[in-house]
Order: sequence, then structure tokens, then C-alpha cells
Amino acid sequence: MKPIAKIIGQRVAFGALTLWIVSLIIFAGVQLLPGDIATELLGQSATPETVAALRKSLGLDVPAYLRYFDWLSSMLHGNFGTALSNGRDIAELIKPRLYNTLLLAASAAAISVPLALVGGIVAALYRNTFVDRAINVVTLASISFPEFFVAYILILFLAVHAGILPSLSDVDSTTSVLDRLIAMALPALTLAVVVMAHMLRMTRTSIINLLGNQYIETARLKGLPEWRVLVRHALPNALAPIATVIVLNLAYLITGVVVVEVVFVYPGLGQLIVDSVQKRDIPVVQACSLIFAATYILLNLTSDVLSIVMNPRLMHPK
Amino acid sequence: MSEKVVYLHGDAPMGEACSKDRSPGDQDTLLNIRDLRIEATVYPPGENPKDIILVHDVSLTLKRGRVLGLIGESGAGKSTIGLASMGYARGGVRITGGEVMLNDRDILKSGKVGLRSLRGREICYVAQSAAAAFNPAHRLMDQVVEAALFHAMGARTEIEKRAIALFKKLGLPYPENIGKRFPHQVSGGQLQRIMTAMALCSEPDLIVFDEPTTALDVTTQIEVLAAIRDAIRDTGVAALYISHDLAVVAQVADEIMVLRHGRLVEQGITQQVINQPLEQYTRALVSVHHIDHEERDRAKASVLSVEGLTAGYGDGAVKVLCDVTLNLNKGETLAVVGESGSGKSTLARVITGLLPPSGGGIQFDGRPLPRLLAERSKEDLRKLQMIFQTADIAMNPRQTVAKIIGRPLEFYFGIRGAERDRRVFELLEKIEMGQDLANRYPAELSGGQKQRVCIARALAAKPKLIICDEVTSALDPLVANGILKLLLSLQNDEGVALLFITHDLATVKSIADSIAVMYRGEVVRYGTKAEVLSPPFDPYTELLLSSVPEMEVGWLDKAIASRRMESAGN
Amino acid sequence: MTLLQPSGFIRTGARKFASAPLSAKFGMAVIILYVLTAVFAPHLAPYSEAEIVSAPFDPWSAQFLLGTDNLGRDMFTRLVFGARNTLGIALMTTILAFSIGCSAGLAAATFGGWTDQLLSRLVDVLMAIPQLIFALLLLSIFGTSIPTLIIVIAILDSTRVFRLTRAIGMNIAVLDYVEAARLRGEGPIWIMTREILPNIAPTLIAEFGLRFCFVFLLISGLSFLGLGIQPPTADWGSMVRDSATLITYGDITPLLPAGAIALLAVAINLVVDWFLHWASGLKED
Repeated sequence: MKPIAKIIGQRVAFGALTLWIVSLIIFAGVQLLPGDIATELLGQSATPETVAALRKSLGLDVPAYLRYFDWLSSMLHGNFGTALSNGRDIAELIKPRLYNTLLLAASAAAISVPLALVGGIVAALYRNTFVDRAINVVTLASISFPEFFVAYILILFLAVHAGILPSLSDVDSTTSVLDRLIAMALPALTLAVVVMAHMLRMTRTSIINLLGNQYIETARLKGLPEWRVLVRHALPNALAPIATVIVLNLAYLITGVVVVEVVFVYPGLGQLIVDSVQKRDIPVVQACSLIFAATYILLNLTSDVLSIVMNPRLMHPK
Repeated sequence: MSEKVVYLHGDAPMGEACSKDRSPGDQDTLLNIRDLRIEATVYPPGENPKDIILVHDVSLTLKRGRVLGLIGESGAGKSTIGLASMGYARGGVRITGGEVMLNDRDILKSGKVGLRSLRGREICYVAQSAAAAFNPAHRLMDQVVEAALFHAMGARTEIEKRAIALFKKLGLPYPENIGKRFPHQVSGGQLQRIMTAMALCSEPDLIVFDEPTTALDVTTQIEVLAAIRDAIRDTGVAALYISHDLAVVAQVADEIMVLRHGRLVEQGITQQVINQPLEQYTRALVSVHHIDHEERDRAKASVLSVEGLTAGYGDGAVKVLCDVTLNLNKGETLAVVGESGSGKSTLARVITGLLPPSGGGIQFDGRPLPRLLAERSKEDLRKLQMIFQTADIAMNPRQTVAKIIGRPLEFYFGIRGAERDRRVFELLEKIEMGQDLANRYPAELSGGQKQRVCIARALAAKPKLIICDEVTSALDPLVANGILKLLLSLQNDEGVALLFITHDLATVKSIADSIAVMYRGEVVRYGTKAEVLSPPFDPYTELLLSSVPEMEVGWLDKAIASRRMESAGN
Repeated sequence: MTLLQPSGFIRTGARKFASAPLSAKFGMAVIILYVLTAVFAPHLAPYSEAEIVSAPFDPWSAQFLLGTDNLGRDMFTRLVFGARNTLGIALMTTILAFSIGCSAGLAAATFGGWTDQLLSRLVDVLMAIPQLIFALLLLSIFGTSIPTLIIVIAILDSTRVFRLTRAIGMNIAVLDYVEAARLRGEGPIWIMTREILPNIAPTLIAEFGLRFCFVFLLISGLSFLGLGIQPPTADWGSMVRDSATLITYGDITPLLPAGAIALLAVAINLVVDWFLHWASGLKED
């Protein structure tokens, strides 16, 4: 077990290192601003005195590397500073929205993961038949559709014509669980449609790729029926790639969530980052980016670790 | 045919049970294939798909408890026939005619379910590469007993007991526990034995062995071959034994069928096929290794000498070459022979400069050769050419033959245009290929033609030394023979020295002037051909020499017997 | 003789295309239609790109085929010009991304060693941030002009191109014919362009289609968020955003630009699917 612990340790260390470099990039990016935040905020007409005053109040007169460590340590303590646009505490701003976003992503995952797995296995089992071709066409279409196209089609049919689900997902902390679920239904469905197609296609491919292996022929020549060949001989080897596929797509959900939240006016982190980019509220954008990046890195790390743990060569060294 | 039963292995000890099985009166037909026709659809690049016939109306009969050897070069259809006897065809391949009678019923008519019920129960399969044929995700025992369990042939404990007994019979170490391991935890030779045990575990009537020892080193091959042969004999199972190596098949089979291009060439009792082959093609196969090559005696001027060469990977953490000292004279052939892991290919990489040595030096054409490829002059590079093992990947698939052969002319000598074309045609003539091939792409050539083009590319540089890295081991024996003859005649004409790297002692015997035997990164024996091949031997060379299958019935028994005697003597 | 017979390649390609499945032909037809629309946009559109011709949200009529948008500009005109802007920008971005990604990937595959380590680790870090989020961060810093947009997205997308080029380039770089070229003494440029590139070209061409699709969707997404192509330039993503409210009245006009995006993406995917199948020369199972 020793080498495997070492490999996982390396991955975790690398993940932490990456996150640190990402924080550096996010911080340094702002330093690239032509002028700086103070001039940016006050506009061209500001007098040098007011700019200097604002620089001081923002702490911009301190050297960049000191500001970076300051910024990093407050981030680590959950203190994200205050928003430039409205002076509110960023941590307070983010907390409920992060919860909303995670809830939305989780619901989308809960719908899409099981469907994608079953669909991928079915498509692989009935490869090159009508079922497979139908699945292929449908998934090809849905990966080609922009999220907002899927969203508006769903709105048109389920909200406008059928009237069963709301087209706006206005929730706040007082919304009951049931109302919350109903409000979230359309955005979650939209995300699920988009992510599911990717996941399903990749699951199908990773199983079919394995079917070319010789041990599959061995299994068939033992007289095993096709389902048993697939479940007992292909699937255990496909687990690692499939786990990777799922985790990668969960990471992809994070990106998809931004557009979907805007369409449905869902008060999540995605909408916040879009609003803040429009207002050029850079501290908020920095904080949101860091949270998104951290989640993304964490998910990728999970997929790495999963594929290590599922590899018999590493689990049972010589 | 049944009247002519001969006991080929009568001198070897046999179990009681099997001698009963093998009594002549008891023999009846197990497998009877009539007019088998197999087709496939091929998809040549840039053309429309077309159907080709892989097997042309082949018939064969196999009696209970007998072993039939199917022999032929690649494309002979031997594996296809082997799989067809299980009613199985690989992707794109179809059985389009004839019948396969197993235990008196046509299995081709038994439908999917019927086929499944006999695969893994009445008939089992042993694949060429056990390393690829075992599922990496499951423990060996689970895979060995799977077929027997699935076909409900007994309780798990009972079947496992049988498997362990088979492990013992096949000479596997730790038979009680080896089943708990994963495939990657045991060696290739062991996996091949376990695969045989897996086939025997269902107590089938017939086992199809598809080149079971081809992927193994010679010294391992002899052990596995003996284990398989004894297991077949002791259990009384019938077998189809497929191989490209006639010498190997001769040790196992009662009868031999020679196939070529999907047609039957000749069929007969093993002794007859080996000793009195009827057909021209079979005769060629039997005498394949007979190339006459006299050791040369000429002015001994060294073209290449390496001294104390040491090399490894990963900052010297893994040592692959250890203190290698060799010399090669102008216009002569030095054969470096060894099994996988002996460091012979690494030696080639070090000499060519692809892998800088960690110690020692190389003298080439009278001057020291820089360690790194980047430091060598264009002239050094020109004089030292290399031919690779697999011609398929040694030529850029997007360049024509003319371009491939013409590039060294352009690059080293600046020859362009019509003059280059003329030289390309000259070179094509030297390798006995027509000018019309100049505009072909490598994919449009046969295996032998590809290797010839690679030889022409090396010759185009007018080198002093050509390193040949296993240049014939991917080829069929007859084609390989042609390549060797070509190399020797070119060597005579051009006076180029050859450093011939190979695992095949037969090749070495036919072409070398001097020989170096390598084992685990060291040269264990080095000298002229006569010196190296005459006793007294060091233990490894002795083992190597005695492991090379000879075209002689009963060779295996003699080899194993002399080995036992020796180990008893020690 | 110096080139790899491009004419032959195209000729077999054209012959193959005649026997291509209906889906690929459909995809090709759609792509050609889009390209023609983009090229001849000023001749096809009844009005000019940013001209206000009527009251906001006019319904479909003979005069305004698809009605007008939130500012009273002709929807059909903007749809036609959108083809030009959206496609043009996405194409430029993809070409830039490929120039960067391919050359870096080829260099990493050819040189290996520390060149490869350096480039790969850089790309690892760039890829550790979700693409859309990174784009948002950079756009918030540098502002949302079209050149910024193209450069930012091209650099972010080149990481994907790099990974692929490096991976398939490595597979070729270890083959004996590349080794043979090294032993002959060929320089890195020869090895990259003559030995490796021709052999990975089919995969790269297919990837170009897919990357274009992805870039195109990403830019549309950004425009939809109001952070991509800025008004008054007609662009499908922002057109959806501008007329989105209509959907709640059951008017499908906002679905048209969205559908235009989707249709092109489907078409490209269909063609790429077929191309990959053909280029690999394999029939599965």
C-alpha cells in the first residue's frame, strides 16, 4: 500500500500547489490593470488627491507582494473583503449564493449521473443498432446546443405552454424546501440535459474501447453471455475512466451553471460573478473565481485519486 | 487415417488414465470440419470496402485425444480456423460456408445459446498473449474457474481444488496461492501456463492453442512447451495446436496440417511432414534456416569497438548495460544475441547515440564517437545507419518509397531531381524490387518489401556500419530468410559491416562472423562464431543453445531429459 | 514530391464524401449555407446592421420578416449579419488558438525533456481554472473589446489544443521513423513539419472542427451574458439576450438566433463524426 499512498500524496500536493499558483494568477491579473483599481473606480476626471486617498484606503500604497500575502491570508480566514460597488461584505454576499449554486449543481448531478450511466451502458450493449444510433443523435444534438437554447426551449414548453413550472427561479432564504425544488426544476433540468449528453457519450466510448481488448474475447470464448461479458469483464475496467468522466462533467457543471443562473435569474454564484464583471467589481470577481477554481481543482483531484484507487496494478503492486 | 496411428511419445511416461483414453480401439471422431469457408470485409484506405476470402474450403478431422498442428505463415488462416472450430469469428470476419461437427453435431447451426453452452465447456481456448488475455481487474483464480462455474460443472471449492491440481501439474510455483494473485503480478511464462490450466479446468474435449509460446523467450518457451505437452498427454484432451514455427509444432502434434493463403498445402503424420515433406512449400519451411555462410578471413581492421560501455535509464538508477566490450571488423558481421531484458537493444541505442552511456567509450572508423547524437557530425551519422525491427513503424506512412529512399541521398549528398530518381531506381534494383514500387506508400507493400525499403534507405547513405535491430523477427520465416540472404549479398558487394541484434540463435548461426551472447546487461560469451558455438559452454549459453527448437520429432524430450540429468548431476 | 500529395488526399476525400452518410452531407450543406450567408451578408440583408427601422418588438411581417428587436432593428438583418460576426470572430479565435497550441504541442512532443515539462506544467495550471470563469476574470480586467475577446479565448483554448497535439504528437515521436529521422541528423523543424505533422493532421483537422464549435458556443455564451461581442455589432448570443423577454409571451423569435447557433454546432459535429470515422479507416466491431 505504500506506493499508492505516495502517489496520492503527490497528487494532493500538486493540487494544493496548483491552487496556490491559481491564487497568484488571480491576484496578479488585477495588477495588470492599466492604471489601477483606484483610477478605474474614480474615472478619468478624478483629481490626483482623491485617487491617492482612495489608494491609501484600499491599501494600494503597500508593495504588491505584501498585499498578496495579506489578501491570501484573509481569503484563507474566510475574509474576502468588501465589494467595491456596494461596500457589502463579500463573504456575506457569497455564502447564500454558494449554497444555492451547490444545491443546483447537486440536483443536476442527481438527475444526470444515473441516467448517463444507464444510457451509456445500454448504448454500448446495443452498439451499432437502432437504439444506439438514436441515443447518438439525441446526445450529439444536446452537446451542440448552447445552454440558453436548451433553457429557452424548456421554458417555452414547460413554463409558457404547459405552465407547470416557473420560468424564473427566484428563491431566497425564506423559501420552503418544496418551493425551492419547484423553482429549481427548470435550471436543474437544463443543466442535466447538457451534462448528461457528454457523460453518456464518454461512458459509451470508454466501455466500447475496452471491448477491443483480448480479455473480452477470452470471456466470450468461455461461453459467457454478452451482458455478463460487459458487466463482469468490461465494467470493472471501465470504472476508472467512467469515474473520471463523471467527475470531469461535474466540473463542467460549474461552468454551465453561470449561463443557466442568468437565464433563470437564479440567485447563485454564477449570476454574482456575471454581475460583478459587468460592474468591474474586481474583489468580488476574484473571490468568486477563486471559489470556482478551488472546486474545480478539488473535483479533478478526486478523479485522479479515484482512478489511482481503481487501478489493480497500483492497488496490488508486485 | 485412423489405421496409421503412431505413438510418437511412446517413450515418455504416461498416466494410466490417459493410456486407456488413447488405446486405438477407443478412438472416434471429435471434430470434423467440412469445406469451411471464411470471409472478411476489408477497408483499404481511400478505397471502397471489399470482401476477401480468408479460408478456402478447408476440411479437417480430429480424433479424441489427438493433437493436430496447424502451421502456416501470417495470413494462412490458421487462427481463423482455430476460432471457427469454436463457432467464433472476430470482428468483420464471417463463416460463410461448410460445417463444423463437434461431437457429431454441427455447431454452426446451434445458434448463439447453443454455441455459448459449448464454449468454455466442451471446447476451450488458449491465446497467444496470456498477458492480454487475462482480465487485469480480477484475481487469477476467479478467472480460471469462471467458465466451469458458469457452466455449472460443480461446486466452487471442488473446481478450485481441480485448478490447484492443474497448477501443480503445469509446474507453477506456489500452486495453492498463485491463484490469489492478479495477472500483472506473475510472469509471462507463468501466465501462459495458468491460461492452459484455465482451459483444462472445464475438462473440455478439445483445446485450441493459438501460438501459446510465440510471445515467450526461448528459454521460457521450452519449459512452457513441455508443460503444455505433458498436460495434454496426461489429461487426454484433444488439441488444435496453431503455430508459425514448425519445429515447435513437431514436438507436440500427432499430425500436422500445413496451410498457406487460407488453403491446405499438405497434411500428414508429424514424422512424415518433417522428414519427408511432399510439397515444395513444406520443404522450404522445413529447411528454412539453412543459409550457407562461411566465416570470413580477411584483413582485420576494426570499424567499431566499444569498451567498458555502461548505460542505464533514470540517472543510472536502472542499469541496463554493464561494462560491455566488443569489436567489429570492417565488412564483417557481429551478432549480439540475448533474450528480452538482456540489454541488446539498449546497446544499439547507445551506439547510435540515442541513449548517452554513463561510462566507457565508442571508437568508430578509427575515431572516438561523441556520446550524444547532437554532438556527432553529419559524416559520423551517415557512416552509421540503422535498420529497425518493425518496418511498419520505421517508415513514415505519408511518404512514398521514392521519398523515403531519396531523403538520405538529398540530405547527405545533396543529390536532387533526376539524378536522385536514377539513384533511387538503382537502389530499388539492389533490393530486388521493381521501379514501379517507387510511388507506392508503405501501407501498400508487403512485410518483406517494407523491410527491403528500409535496407535501401540505409544503403543510400553509403554507410560503413549498419545496425540491424531484430530486423527479421517480425517476419515470416521464408520472408525473413530472403531478407537475410539479401543482407549477406549486399554486405559482399558493398563491404559494409553489420551489427546484428537478435534473440534468434538460428539466425545467428546462419549469418554471423563473430558472436556476443548477452545476459542481464553483460556479455557472457564473445568470440568468433566457431569459438562461441563450440563447447565447453558457460551455463547460460548452454541453456540458450539447448532451448532452440530443432526441426526434429522428439527433440523436446531429449532436451528436457538432458536438462534433468544435468540438474540431477549438479 | 516534396509535399504529401495534397491533391490525392483531397481527391480521395471528395470521392469518399460522395459515399458519406446523409447526416454528414446534411452537416456539410448547413456549413456551406452559413459560410455563404456570412460572405454575402450585406447583399442578403434588407437593411443595414445597426439601423433602427421601426418600433421595438414589431411582430413578424412582410416588411420585417422576423419582426424587430428591443431597439427596433430588423431581426432578419441582424440574424444575417450575426452569421458574419459570430462566425468570423470564432474562426479567428480558433485559428489563433491552433497556431499557439499546435506549435507548442509539437515542440513539446519533439523536444521532450524540460521544454515539455515547462509547457505542460504551464498548461496544467491554466487548465486548473474553469475556462468560462477564467475568461470572465480576464475580461473583467482587460475589458470586453473584440480583440481582447479573441486573444483571451484563443489563449485559454490553446491549452486544449496543446494537450491534444502533444499527446498524439508524442505517440508519433516515439515511432521508429521519427527515430530514423533523428539518427539521420534531421533538424527539429523537419521532424515537426515533415515527420510528425502530416501524421497527426487528420486528428487535428477534426479537432479544429470541435474546437471551433466550442469556441463559438463559448463566445455566444459570453455574448449572451453581455460580456462578449458588444452592441451595436450584431451577434447571435446577444440577440437572444436582447429579445429573451419575448419567450414568456410564447413568441419563438429569441429561439431563432439560439437555434442558428445550435444548428451550426450540430452540423459541425456531424461532419467531424463522419470525418473521424473515415480518417481512422476503422469499422468498429
